Amino acid sequence: MMDAALLRVEELHVSYNTPTGLVQAVKGVSFELGREKLGIVGESGSGKSQTGRAILGLTAPGGEVRARRIEFEGTDLLHADRRTMRHIRGAGISMIMQDPKYSLNPVMTVGKQIEEAFLVHSKDSKREAYRRTLEMLRAVKIREPDRVYRAYPHEVSGGMGQRIMIAMMMIPEPSIIIADEPTSALDVTVQLQVLAVLDDMISERGMGLIFISHDLNLIASFCDRILIMYGGQVMEECNAAELHRARHPYTRGLLDCLPRLGGSQHELSVLRRDPAWLETRGETS
Amino acid sequence: MIDIQGLDVVFGHGNKAFHAVRNVSLAVEKGQSFGLVGESGSGKTTVLRALAGLLDRVAAVSGVMTVAGETLQQQRSQAFRRHVQMVFQDPYGSLHPRHTVDTILSEPARVHKLDRIEERVVAALEEVGLNASFRFRYPHQISGGQRQRVSVARALITDPDIVLLDEPTSALDVSVQAEVLNLLMRLKREHGLTYVLVSHNLAVVAHVCETLSVMQNGGIVETMSVQQLREHSSTMPYTRQLMTASLGYDRGAIDAFEEFGQ
Repeated sequence: MMDAALLRVEELHVSYNTPTGLVQAVKGVSFELGREKLGIVGESGSGKSQTGRAILGLTAPGGEVRARRIEFEGTDLLHADRRTMRHIRGAGISMIMQDPKYSLNPVMTVGKQIEEAFLVHSKDSKREAYRRTLEMLRAVKIREPDRVYRAYPHEVSGGMGQRIMIAMMMIPEPSIIIADEPTSALDVTVQLQVLAVLDDMISERGMGLIFISHDLNLIASFCDRILIMYGGQVMEECNAAELHRARHPYTRGLLDCLPRLGGSQHELSVLRRDPAWLETRGETS
Repeated sequence: MIDIQGLDVVFGHGNKAFHAVRNVSLAVEKGQSFGLVGESGSGKTTVLRALAGLLDRVAAVSGVMTVAGETLQQQRSQAFRRHVQMVFQDPYGSLHPRHTVDTILSEPARVHKLDRIEERVVAALEEVGLNASFRFRYPHQISGGQRQRVSVARALITDPDIVLLDEPTSALDVSVQAEVLNLLMRLKREHGLTYVLVSHNLAVVAHVCETLSVMQNGGIVETMSVQQLREHSSTMPYTRQLMTASLGYDRGAIDAFEEFGQ
C-alpha cells in the first residue's frame, strides 16, 4: 500500500499568534500518503482541518507553518514559490470543502465553473473543455448533465452541489484530493451516494485521498487507514478495519461514547481526558 | 400525555403553498420518550414546532392536538407554556449573546411569575452539572457542550412535564454528545419528564426513546418500537434503507439505494 508515497509530511506544526497568546493548532504531525484513502478523524479543535490546509499552503493569515518536510511527488511544498504552488493546487492536490453552497460561485453557471477549473491547468480549447466538463458531470453520476451544466449553484440540491464540487476538483486530474468533511452537511443516504462516486474515481484513477471527518463510524467504513488526532497531535494510527482493536485510551474513549443502534439504553461512557496524552512525544516516525 | 390527530401544516398560499406536514397522528404517554426520525425536509422539526405553538403566525396549522387533556387552541395557555419547554439544536443561536447565563435562566421564571428565582437558577445549573460560577458568564465564554447544558437548564427552570428536543446533540462532538445524552436520560428519570426528540441520527433516537416514527415528505412512513427497529423488523423499504445507511459506508449496498417520494 505504501509503495511510492505521493505525499510526505514530517513534523508539521501550525501555530497562531492571538491576543491571548500562542495557540498551537498542530503539534508535530507526521504521515505519508500513498494511493489509498487516509482518514484523519478528531473532534473540533483537534487540528485535523489545519493539517489539511497547511499542506496546500492555505493556512489563514497570521498562522505560522513549520515542518521538517512537506513533499509532494518530489516537490518541496514548504519552500515552493507561489507559481509552483498555484500549479500544484488543483492540478496536483485539490481540496473539497464541507459546504458546496459556500465553495461554488453563486453568479456563474456550474458548467462554466468546471470549465474554468480545467482551462486554468490546460492549454486545450474551450470546445475540449466543454466536452470534458460534460464527461465529468456524467462521471459523477449526474443524470442530466446538459441541464446541470447550465444551472446556477442555487438551483441544485446539496448532494448534487457536492457532486459538482467533486467534478470540478477532479477535472485537472490531481493525484491527491483533500476532502474536509465533504459530506457532513448532507443526509445520510445522499452522503453515502456522494462518497461512492468519490470512492470509485479515487480507485479508478489510482489517486490518494485525505479524508477529514469527525465521524468515526464513517471513516472506519470508508477509509483504508486512519490517523486519530487530538489536541494537534496524532494519538494513534491504525488500519480502518482494525479500529475496533485500537489501543489508545482516547480512541477507545471516543468509540465507547457513541450510542449504537444495537446497544442498550444504559448510561454511555464518558470520555475522561488525560493531560498526559498531550505531552509532546518524541516517538513520531 | 400528548395526542396529535391529523396534523397538517401548510406554508404559503395558493400555488406557492408548501405542504410541509401531511396528516400526522401520534400519541406519547406520560414519562415516555418519542422519537421523530427523518432526513432534511421530512417535516420532523415542523411537527415539533407546530406542537409548541411556534408556527401559528407563519403557517396554516390544522388538526387536533391534545396535551395533558387540554385541547390546544391557537393561543396557547400560560399553563401550556410553562409545562412544555423546548431545547433547540444550536446552542449558539438559541442563547442571547448579550445576556448572562443568570439573565437567560431567570427570564422564564420571571415570565411565569415564579418565586425564589435565584434559588431556582442555582438549582437548575446544578441539575445540568454546572456550578454557580457559570451564572455571570456570557454564552461566548463557555464551551458548546456547556451552552447546551444551559439550554437544558433554561427548559427545566419552569419545572416542565414535557420537553421538546430538536436535534439537541447534533452540533456537538461525540464525547460531549454522550455527556448531554446521559444528562437528558437522568433528568427524565428524576423528574418523570416526557420527551419528544427530533433527530436524523437513528442511533441517538434508539438510545433515548422507546417509540419512534419515521417521517418522509411530511408524512409518517411508520411508527414502531425501538425494539422493533433494533431487530430490523421494519417492512417499509424507506426505513430499511435509512437503517442500512446509518450503519456506515458499504460500497455494495449503495447501488441498491432507491429514491423515495419527491
